[in-house]
Amino acid sequence: MDRNTTEMQAAQMPDPKNASKRGGKGGSGGKVFQTLLIPVLSIFTGLVFGAIVIAGTDASVIAAYGNFFRAPGTALLDTWNTIALAYGSLFVGAFGSPTAVVQGIQAYLATGDQKALLMAIYPVTESLAAVTPYILAGLAVAVGFKCGLFNIGAEGQFGIGALCSAFVGYSIKGLPWFVHLPLALLAGAAGGAIWGAIPGYLKAVTGAHEVVNTIMMNYISFSLGDWLLNGPMKAPGYRPLTPVIQDSAMLPRFFPPPLRFNWGFVLALVIAFLVYWFLFKTTLGMEIRAVGANPDGARYAGMSVVRNFVLAMTLSGALAGLAGATQVLGIDHWVGQNFSSGYGFDSIAIALLGQSHPFGVVLAAGLWGFLRSGATNMQSMAGVPLDVISIIQGLVVIFVAAPAMIRWVYHIRLARAEAIVLTRGWGK
Amino acid sequence: MPAVLELRGITKSFPGVRANDGIDLMVEKGEIHALLGENGAGKTTLMNILYGLYKPDAGQVFIQGQEVSIHGPSDAIAHGIGMVHQHFMLIPVMTATENVMLGIEPTRNGIFLDKVRVAKRIREISEQYDLAVDPQAYIGDLPVGSQQRVEIIKVLYREADILILDEPTAVLTPQEVEGLFKVLRSLIAHGKSVIFITHKLKEVMAVADHITVLRGGRVVGTVTPAEATPEKLAAMMVGREVNLVVKKKPAEPKEVVLDVKDLCVQDEHKHMTVDGVSFDVHAGEVLGVAGVQGNGQTELVYALTGLLPIDSGEICIVNELVRHTTPRKILERGVAHIPEDRQRHGLILSFPVHDNMVLCTYYQPPFAKGVSLQQDVIIENAEKLVKQFDVRTPNVFVPVSTLSGGNQQKVIVAREFSRPIKLLIASQPTRGLDVGSIEYIHGRIIEKRDEGTAVLLVSPELDEIIALSDRIAVMYKGQIVEIVASAEVSKEYIGLLMAGVKPAEARKASPTSTKATEVERVF
Repeated sequence: MDRNTTEMQAAQMPDPKNASKRGGKGGSGGKVFQTLLIPVLSIFTGLVFGAIVIAGTDASVIAAYGNFFRAPGTALLDTWNTIALAYGSLFVGAFGSPTAVVQGIQAYLATGDQKALLMAIYPVTESLAAVTPYILAGLAVAVGFKCGLFNIGAEGQFGIGALCSAFVGYSIKGLPWFVHLPLALLAGAAGGAIWGAIPGYLKAVTGAHEVVNTIMMNYISFSLGDWLLNGPMKAPGYRPLTPVIQDSAMLPRFFPPPLRFNWGFVLALVIAFLVYWFLFKTTLGMEIRAVGANPDGARYAGMSVVRNFVLAMTLSGALAGLAGATQVLGIDHWVGQNFSSGYGFDSIAIALLGQSHPFGVVLAAGLWGFLRSGATNMQSMAGVPLDVISIIQGLVVIFVAAPAMIRWVYHIRLARAEAIVLTRGWGK
Repeated sequence: MPAVLELRGITKSFPGVRANDGIDLMVEKGEIHALLGENGAGKTTLMNILYGLYKPDAGQVFIQGQEVSIHGPSDAIAHGIGMVHQHFMLIPVMTATENVMLGIEPTRNGIFLDKVRVAKRIREISEQYDLAVDPQAYIGDLPVGSQQRVEIIKVLYREADILILDEPTAVLTPQEVEGLFKVLRSLIAHGKSVIFITHKLKEVMAVADHITVLRGGRVVGTVTPAEATPEKLAAMMVGREVNLVVKKKPAEPKEVVLDVKDLCVQDEHKHMTVDGVSFDVHAGEVLGVAGVQGNGQTELVYALTGLLPIDSGEICIVNELVRHTTPRKILERGVAHIPEDRQRHGLILSFPVHDNMVLCTYYQPPFAKGVSLQQDVIIENAEKLVKQFDVRTPNVFVPVSTLSGGNQQKVIVAREFSRPIKLLIASQPTRGLDVGSIEYIHGRIIEKRDEGTAVLLVSPELDEIIALSDRIAVMYKGQIVEIVASAEVSKEYIGLLMAGVKPAEARKASPTSTKATEVERVF
């Protein structure tokens, strides 16, 4: 189990180089290590707990422990095998089987037939495709956190963004792709931006708490989506779906079908970098962070707190809307009912795990996408229910949110650093 | 007879700092023992060890000659040690009685709270020690001085023999400080012992029986007030000679920079806290606003800096009317503001030092080109200012929260003084700072004055006002009672005005004037 776990970790937190940029001028290897230590240990601990759950719910393992005193070896071996099978198939589901990849390459070199190779890389491309919306939605919540706002409305903004981009995607015909695709993406971002700006504006003007209002906006978006899919935007037929979007609005895919990996992923990485630049290298980003860290201090320094609330919520909504757009334009090509289910809420966890830093969000989104994508294989190969992944993800978030637990378990001394203030409490 | 409390060789390290380094301390029964030291000298750490909040790395604690080990506040209380924290641990929506009984609630028949018994005991304690408190009053309705008395009663109710008071005077008005000293004297008269933590020289000279001075985690020495002088104590605290006198030339006032006419300001609760105030400040002079805290000074400063809207009246900064405008517009007119609450207003604590150094100018060239921040320029600027203003920080990249209070204040002073300013509004610029930092910041303010900046100084510390100001405006209940030249009046006279006495009567009561250009600054 240990081998698998460490492999998983190594594979899913693959890019410390990326994160090393966050230190900026003052950063050093030590700082990056400090920043990554808690999340990495949280993931590890989450996987260990996940292993216990997997073993503890497996009928044969339980039976073997009934005979523990007669045959302790059998029980331990059974435990090991169960966990290894589960995490092994999770790994294969997320990354593909290494042997299949090697065979695929051999077949391609020998015969020039790509089919085996494409099938071998199918899992890893599917994982990357799954990562895309997580990155963008995670960035959305992270931008809110940076301004001291808790955007619970990413779910609704995601859905509205998807609907807007789908509408532009199927209703406008005859445009060249280099006009149509950006237009559809922008429509998604704009839809999400409006959906985020409304609670931001309400907070700025009336002081209404954004948590309440974004939740309400979620409900409105769900119902609005239901109505649109059953009425104005419904494609001919019985099911509540939009029509398929025009080819010119689709995010180009890298490989022939059924591989769905597309340029959306690259777009998400570029956006992550832009968000990083915006937050840390521009005056506007500095204002957002200052308002998030200390609104009184920001006001003293001449910044407009309310304007930054609106700006951050608009930006946050735009990112969530863009997440929905990439999902529609790159993967699904239409919108169906319960389309956004879960992305918006997962994105809160991703922003937390990524410590609200754009690069951290990319890494966290990677973990989420690969776990989700591998889980299906784990269910079919090892018979371990998908929900185990939710348990692992939940535990990881708990550990990240309560770092004292991790420090205690691993006897890590608290470095003298300020805790990150994500959001301020209710009221003032 | 053994000492009531003895500490031997207490040592405590935190990552990177040795907060306490082999500290010995002996407290006799029935004495007030002052623990004097600058911020960061290790006073609070030592007391937290004594109260069981920290575990020492080495050292022993003896109470009445018996070695004890204290693992938490409950152990400390069991050994008769009580602590009155700097920030009160009271619940405002509960009565004094309820706050006192909290944690050790006595009951009737096992379930009903016996408030009557507690209230009776509180009355006994308040009579015995001269601690006037109404047991039925809600904490939220009490003035700060009374809240502190409730804290002391809380400790006495738990039968403490040794009382630790952490910076107890920081939140009190001068009159309340006097009241507190009376209480302390009555406590020791009844055989209690008091450890009094402070960095104010005046107070230890007034009240302590023994003074132990800490510096950099070590004991510098223990003296009695009789053998000490403020100069000597200051030198022991800081480790070098300290100039207790502000040296300044007579002011050379020039044109009017700030002109305020009939200003009225309402606070958040719609109270008229500034009520028809008029004054002006000239370039090259310091106008001091004296007054007991809560007489409208805070709101006056907020109105001048755009943080609170003006109700009526006029504010003119450099011949331009300032009304319905944003804080930024005011800053851009050449106004610098050292805010009263540096952590709430003056700094973004989680931001690095270099960003805090450009908090008001980050959007202007050369710190920004368009929206793009020029990181290199910002860092260079910070490094220059850190050197110039002697900010003690490992580098400019650490969060400003990791700096001591004095160095945080220096960051603000450096930032505000480094841009071209015509008017400096300094609100309690040395609140909570140690001797060394106070000396430094006072020097810088006078330097700015001599460069031709108009300075509005607001402070409840009368000594600070008298030491720095050329003219003094006394505020009482939202109004300016009188504006006088500081060379023409005595401290007593200002004190009477601050207490609400009419100028004519105050003049009769205190006709003396000191006529001094150099006034001793007592900390």
